[in-house]
Amino acid sequence: MALHLEDLYCFHYTASNDDIVKSMGWDMYNPAREYHRMGVPCDSWSPTALNHNYEICDTYPQELFVPASAPTKVILSSSKFRSKGRFPVLSYLHKNQAALCRSSQPLSGFSARCEEDEELLDCILHSNPNSSHMIVVDTRPKINAMANRAAGKGYENEAYYENIKFHFSGIENIHVMRASLTKLIETCQLVTPSMSGFIGGVESSGWLKHVRSVLETAAFITSSMVEGVSVLVHCSDGWDRTAQTCALAQLMLDPYYRTTQGFQILIEKEWLAFGHKFTDRCGHIQGDGKEVSPIFTQFLDCVWQLQQILPSAFEFNERYLLILHDHVYSAQFGTFIGNCQKDRIDLRLAERTYSLWGYMKMHESEYKNPLYRRDSTTDVLKVILCPQSIRFWRGMYNRFENGVHPREPLGDLLAATTEHTQGLTDQAEFLTKRITWLKSELELKSGHSQKKDTDNRLLEDGAQQNGDEKVSPLVGGLSMREVEESLVSVGALTVNSADAAVTPEKLSPGSNFIHPAQIIESGKRLLNQLSTYQSTRILSPEITSVALDWKTFRNVRECSCSTPFDHFSRKYHCWRCGEVFCTRCIDKKAALPGHLSQQPVPVCRPCYKDVTRSISVDTP
Amino acid sequence: MLHRPHHPVLDGTLCITGHHLIVSSCDKEPQELWLLHSNIDTVERRQQGMTGGTLWLKCKDLRILQLDVIGADQFAKVADTLEDLIRVEEPLLQYPFFYRAMYQILEDGWTAFMPESEFSRLVQPGDDWRISYVNKDYKVCPSYPSAVVVPKNIEDNDLIAIANFRQASRFPVLAYRHEGTAVLLRSGQPLITANGKRCKEDERLLNSVLARDKRGYIIDTRTQNLAQSAKLRGGGYEPELHYPNWRRVHKPIDRHHVLLDSLTKLMDGINDTSSGTDKWLSRLESSSWMNNIKETLNCACLVAQCLDQEGASVLVHDTDGMDSTLQVTSLAQIILNPDCRTVRGFEALIEREWIQGGHPFATRHARSCYTPSTQRSKINSPTFLLFLDCVCQIHHQFSCSFEFAENFLVMLFEHSYSSQFGTFLANNEGERRAMKAHERTASLWSFVNRPEVLPKYLNPMYEPNQRVIWPSVAPMSLQLWASVFLRWVVDQGPQEAAWTIVRELREKESSVRSQVARLRRQLQDLEREAVDVGILTPPATGEVEVA
Repeated sequence: MALHLEDLYCFHYTASNDDIVKSMGWDMYNPAREYHRMGVPCDSWSPTALNHNYEICDTYPQELFVPASAPTKVILSSSKFRSKGRFPVLSYLHKNQAALCRSSQPLSGFSARCEEDEELLDCILHSNPNSSHMIVVDTRPKINAMANRAAGKGYENEAYYENIKFHFSGIENIHVMRASLTKLIETCQLVTPSMSGFIGGVESSGWLKHVRSVLETAAFITSSMVEGVSVLVHCSDGWDRTAQTCALAQLMLDPYYRTTQGFQILIEKEWLAFGHKFTDRCGHIQGDGKEVSPIFTQFLDCVWQLQQILPSAFEFNERYLLILHDHVYSAQFGTFIGNCQKDRIDLRLAERTYSLWGYMKMHESEYKNPLYRRDSTTDVLKVILCPQSIRFWRGMYNRFENGVHPREPLGDLLAATTEHTQGLTDQAEFLTKRITWLKSELELKSGHSQKKDTDNRLLEDGAQQNGDEKVSPLVGGLSMREVEESLVSVGALTVNSADAAVTPEKLSPGSNFIHPAQIIESGKRLLNQLSTYQSTRILSPEITSVALDWKTFRNVRECSCSTPFDHFSRKYHCWRCGEVFCTRCIDKKAALPGHLSQQPVPVCRPCYKDVTRSISVDTP
Repeated sequence: MLHRPHHPVLDGTLCITGHHLIVSSCDKEPQELWLLHSNIDTVERRQQGMTGGTLWLKCKDLRILQLDVIGADQFAKVADTLEDLIRVEEPLLQYPFFYRAMYQILEDGWTAFMPESEFSRLVQPGDDWRISYVNKDYKVCPSYPSAVVVPKNIEDNDLIAIANFRQASRFPVLAYRHEGTAVLLRSGQPLITANGKRCKEDERLLNSVLARDKRGYIIDTRTQNLAQSAKLRGGGYEPELHYPNWRRVHKPIDRHHVLLDSLTKLMDGINDTSSGTDKWLSRLESSSWMNNIKETLNCACLVAQCLDQEGASVLVHDTDGMDSTLQVTSLAQIILNPDCRTVRGFEALIEREWIQGGHPFATRHARSCYTPSTQRSKINSPTFLLFLDCVCQIHHQFSCSFEFAENFLVMLFEHSYSSQFGTFLANNEGERRAMKAHERTASLWSFVNRPEVLPKYLNPMYEPNQRVIWPSVAPMSLQLWASVFLRWVVDQGPQEAAWTIVRELREKESSVRSQVARLRRQLQDLEREAVDVGILTPPATGEVEVA
């Protein structure tokens, strides 16, 4: 195990794929943009510059949002009264003005109080005109919170804080969670377990119970917010249980966070910016074993539970969660290195390492949930969290045991269905255009020849003459076509160079995932294609360049490169020949001549060769 | 006032007819509940003084309804009437005899699976097997159908002798032939008794089934001890001495009241949503329901393995061969035989193995898990439900290999307990003949196979799979069957909605596929025409690629 952060793999890793630029993904999260999306700053909430250099709290981000009515003095005093200086700040503002705030525990001990801290909570309460009280959720079991009082910490006294309702939610601490997952994994690894041994093991690990308690707390926060009541959440330091429950509550509240992009923003905001100690919790480097705990894993488990209960609610699928989980631990990407935002800036990770989000963006299609439907009636998730609906996550904890998973996994098959449909729709459009064009040409022609015919009939009578007459327009037509075709080609080239000139502008931060060469290429192909569907050749190679049928995944045990497929490896179809390949054999993308859109699509290597060769034949 | 799972409270009028309990609302929006009395497992009363009381109607489809009745008199009357009605056991008074199908029957389900046509798949002319009508009056074996398949060299008289030697007269019959060679037989236990009785005909039958030098397997779904002690009660197992080429394997599967107790415990756990995760898991474990699934599937896999991988013939029996035996033989066929995974093939399997095979549906399903254990008999049992659950487990693992969707299994479960159709009536074919069920009632198959009905039970992911499908029986691979057990407690709406989306996706794929195919043909024709008139150049050699 690495001793220092700088020994980690991410500092040595270079992407083999040229398409990934090192900067890709690092600028994905922009706090100002995200808070603006929620309508902040506004009358009640404003940004504060107090932590711009991590002066008052080094585990908090630079950009913080506090009640507009809270004076600086109040904030400074409050931060002194909170464990690790983590004073109450805005995490999410719901559209009904109810605010979700997070902090660490107050240093209240048995009797201490801090009027400014009380005032800050009062400001939070009054920022929301719709409610006369607010809820403080201490996610710990009451007994743990009480024990903390002996150490000069503790929880808010309802007598001192006006109009707060206090609520303990009883989620166990990191040590309990660590032991629980260890037991669960032991159960998963039993050799030929009996049914009762397995269920008993799952039960005694307590894992499902813990997962449920996290989800229930999030559901409690959600329902309070929906009723218009603002909520402050904390645990001890406010970076484990608080991160879990706040993030889950936002997942339930806001459909944006259930999209792939939104979920990443949510992780950036609640986990990375607010200082979940990834390096300590994941044990990236040798250190205190007691700091290691599967808090993020548990969060992903909770998200998976929601995916199971509501199969159409999330844009991303189970594989997305698993890949995310892998890379939180793998240290291949810099995204999850360090314990807080300050660490990551000090390490200059954005310059020195790749971002996981860039990698994931490149593999977006693998993470799509084909069942996802955006439905405005279900903006806020309604979930029933009875014990019966919480399930053991086989895909995670038995992931590498090949035999126990469904042999015909629905998700991948449906993903293939969606892609196949997309490919065929594209070709249908191409064919329709071509048919329309041909028809109009034929009509022109027949109108033309009919006119000729009548002329002929006027001049002479006889079938033989008519037959001869048909020959001459053919020759004339052909030569005319050739001229036209060459003209179009010249046009294409000129426009191509114009396109190339535009590219630097197109490379604005938002679209910097597109390589300039790609734009030129696609522009060239688009024009090429416009002339193709009007081409005067027979187009059988174009027509058949899109596979009508895709080979079924079933019984495909290995790729043509003899890489065996296990249940987890995603199988890919070549859009051109419809055969099944592994991820390494389908690294090429090419525009198929039979597609109207000319979007590059996944093809296998032999097909790639064919397609690029035929294009070079076509292009003068 | 009626409280139903996942429905708003219904305030309305109660009407009790000969077969139905009907509650219809007085509100503007008409809401109605129709419940067959035969679906009600038990009625629990909770009287509240003179104001009335609450009736808990616990149903065989595992739903629990709460009915508030105003007025003590009314309450008592309703409760008494219902209790009388749900205990009507006279078969001829059952609803199927009064139900009239309001649609035209295109194909009569009663004749769709006649033994002769079904057996034609098993028996080829010039074969070692024949169809015997020795049981045509249901006298030799009351629980067998009139036609059975037996070895050719065994005469009907021999069969009668063997019937006397087997429990419930269930002599060994052919259930399935795998790839034309290995055969799957089922029977009742041999009546060896403590004296070690023998039956030459029985020995001859079994030994003649095996090819020379081939071994066969007898799968006894009882424990060794149970089989041993059965001797004292006049039963027993085949001694090796007299059946030298048969190897006996004991694969215990719970049956009868043990299984019903298991279901009761499971449902107690499921209906208690307020206690914690620990308690739920420990109840799930102690119910043993999941374990029953595992053991049943395990045994079926063993049978399938013997047939497929060793090419060995298998005889399955327990005591009377009407319960776990049928589970195992039918599951083995689903694993091995792709036909059984189609709608028609699965219907045929149920008809052959369960309905004609003499599973006593009427007795087994007379009471279900909500009846207090003091009031139920030892022969009430959810055997068929366990079988469907096992099928569903395989279905989840091979979601594209079945032509029918999961809801088809749920539908069969419901109809097997309470139905307007006569398909699951009575205990065997003999009884159904006697009550003329095939003339006087409608068949479930005639209903479900109609083009208006069937599509909703089809699996949108189906791609025929000719292979043997081996399910995993590891504990983590098996899941509680949510759409039967959890549906009244946890809303399955999102899951159903997801299936609607799956259906749409698949339909879109196939429609765009045919559109492209059509456009390609159209374009080819146009191109040919265009070449003829000279708009297009004919393909030059070398330019056309072979795609």
